[in-house]
Amino acid sequence: MKLVVAIIKPFKLDEVRQALTAIGVHGMTVTEVKGYGRQKGHTEIYRGAEYVVNFLPKLRIEIAVASELADKAVEVITSSARTGQIGDGKIFVTPIDHALRIRTGETDSDAL
Amino acid sequence: MGALSCRAAKLAAPIGVAVAFATPAFAETSEINPADTAWMIVATALVLMMTIPGLALFYSGMVRKKNVLATMAQSLAAVAVISILWVAFGYSLVFVGDGPWLGTLDRWFLSGMTMDGVNPAAKTIPEVLFMLYQMTFAIITVALVAGSVADRMRFSAYLLFSIGWFMFVYIPLAHWVWGGGFLGAAGVLDFAGGLVVHLSAGAGGLVAANVMGRRQGYGTENLSPFDLSLAVVGTGLLWVGWFGFNGGSALAANSRAVMAITATHLAACAGALTWGAVEWSIQRKPSVLGMISGAVAGLGTITPASGFVAPWHGIVIGVAAGLICFWACTSVKRRFNYDDSLDVFGVHGVGGMTGILLAGVFATASIGGTSGLLEGNPHLLLIQFYGVAVTLAWSVGVTYALLKLVSVFVPLRVSLQQELEGLDISQHGEALQ
Repeated sequence: MKLVVAIIKPFKLDEVRQALTAIGVHGMTVTEVKGYGRQKGHTEIYRGAEYVVNFLPKLRIEIAVASELADKAVEVITSSARTGQIGDGKIFVTPIDHALRIRTGETDSDAL
Repeated sequence: MGALSCRAAKLAAPIGVAVAFATPAFAETSEINPADTAWMIVATALVLMMTIPGLALFYSGMVRKKNVLATMAQSLAAVAVISILWVAFGYSLVFVGDGPWLGTLDRWFLSGMTMDGVNPAAKTIPEVLFMLYQMTFAIITVALVAGSVADRMRFSAYLLFSIGWFMFVYIPLAHWVWGGGFLGAAGVLDFAGGLVVHLSAGAGGLVAANVMGRRQGYGTENLSPFDLSLAVVGTGLLWVGWFGFNGGSALAANSRAVMAITATHLAACAGALTWGAVEWSIQRKPSVLGMISGAVAGLGTITPASGFVAPWHGIVIGVAAGLICFWACTSVKRRFNYDDSLDVFGVHGVGGMTGILLAGVFATASIGGTSGLLEGNPHLLLIQFYGVAVTLAWSVGVTYALLKLVSVFVPLRVSLQQELEGLDISQHGEALQ
């Protein structure tokens, strides 16, 4: 099992969700986050007071998938979240030791 | 619904007759005019709406999220406290008796005020209504000052300061200009409060901002507004309310009120466009905060002149307001490095001052009965300068002394820890989630 964590542009969420659903990923956790990478930030001016805003709003999505589906998931997230501009985000894949569905007690691949 | 209005019509007829018969008996004491009364009731409500929720929204939208409720609390408290003090002695000291320095206490707690009596300053509306209308001006003036000390003043200190400021700055100034005092007698023109409201609040705010010191993180941290959409809504309410502020200052439902409202609206429009245009050229984007600042600057600046100038002068005054107040809120503020949090001085103080002087330039005899510089009366401009000098000196001096006095009893500023935590939680035990 793999945990795929992707940081994406907020307006790309629906496209990413549709792409993942199409390959059989049926669950996802989304968090509103802020951060910066190469996209630095922007300047805001309020009555002449300038503030550089480094942290930009992004979405962090997490999906747990069977190991054999991980590469495919990464591929469709990449293609659906990509705009070609700086700030498209990043994807991280890590192994999962154990998984459990709280309602039924099912474990590992049955719990995904 | 039909039955209801039918009943209302039947009821109205006998009342109308009764009034018609009753009028001659009271003719010597009062000639209350229903149209004037109706307009002034509406104007009173409009001006109260300027403070709650107008100013409360305008101000709280510009502070950080942790200080939103505390900022609203300052406007709310001003309404509650000043209303009662106005009835207790404020109205009487400002508008009863025409001594050069101060009125009398004859109307202490409205004593001697009758239902059909009038104040000589407004002979066609009930004195109670005149009292109520003027109350709303005292309220908003005190509430305006709070913007300078936003984000850092202790609530208890704010209450003491507001009471003192109302008593020692507002009451004398309002009497001097409007209540038969020496400034009015000298011929100073201030239709709806360029001196009494805007310059006095702006100058007082500037002093308070300096006595209190800058906010923690000023100039180094991001102090950007929590939610400017609240400020936009607040501006809308202020803008509409200002029709009652300036239009109501005619104290009658007449053409002069209409002229004042027209000039007021045009000045707000011109101010918003000018400030936005200046930002567009300097900062490459016209900000929403800039446009609403320009609108309020235009409104504050036209205030003393409305009722004395022609409608098109409102456009010129609004453009001047946009340019001068932008400069005051950016270059001047940076140059002297003071933290007037919500720019009460830059918008209201500078705007009020500019408006008073421009009233001296544009005053039109056919509108308000007085000629200004453009109609060949340069003397008026000198008188207006005199009004500005007296108001500035009084507001600055008394505000400073008052803050020193209040600080003997209670620290003006919250502790560093409380400031970092936010005034909502530290002063009121509440927080926005």
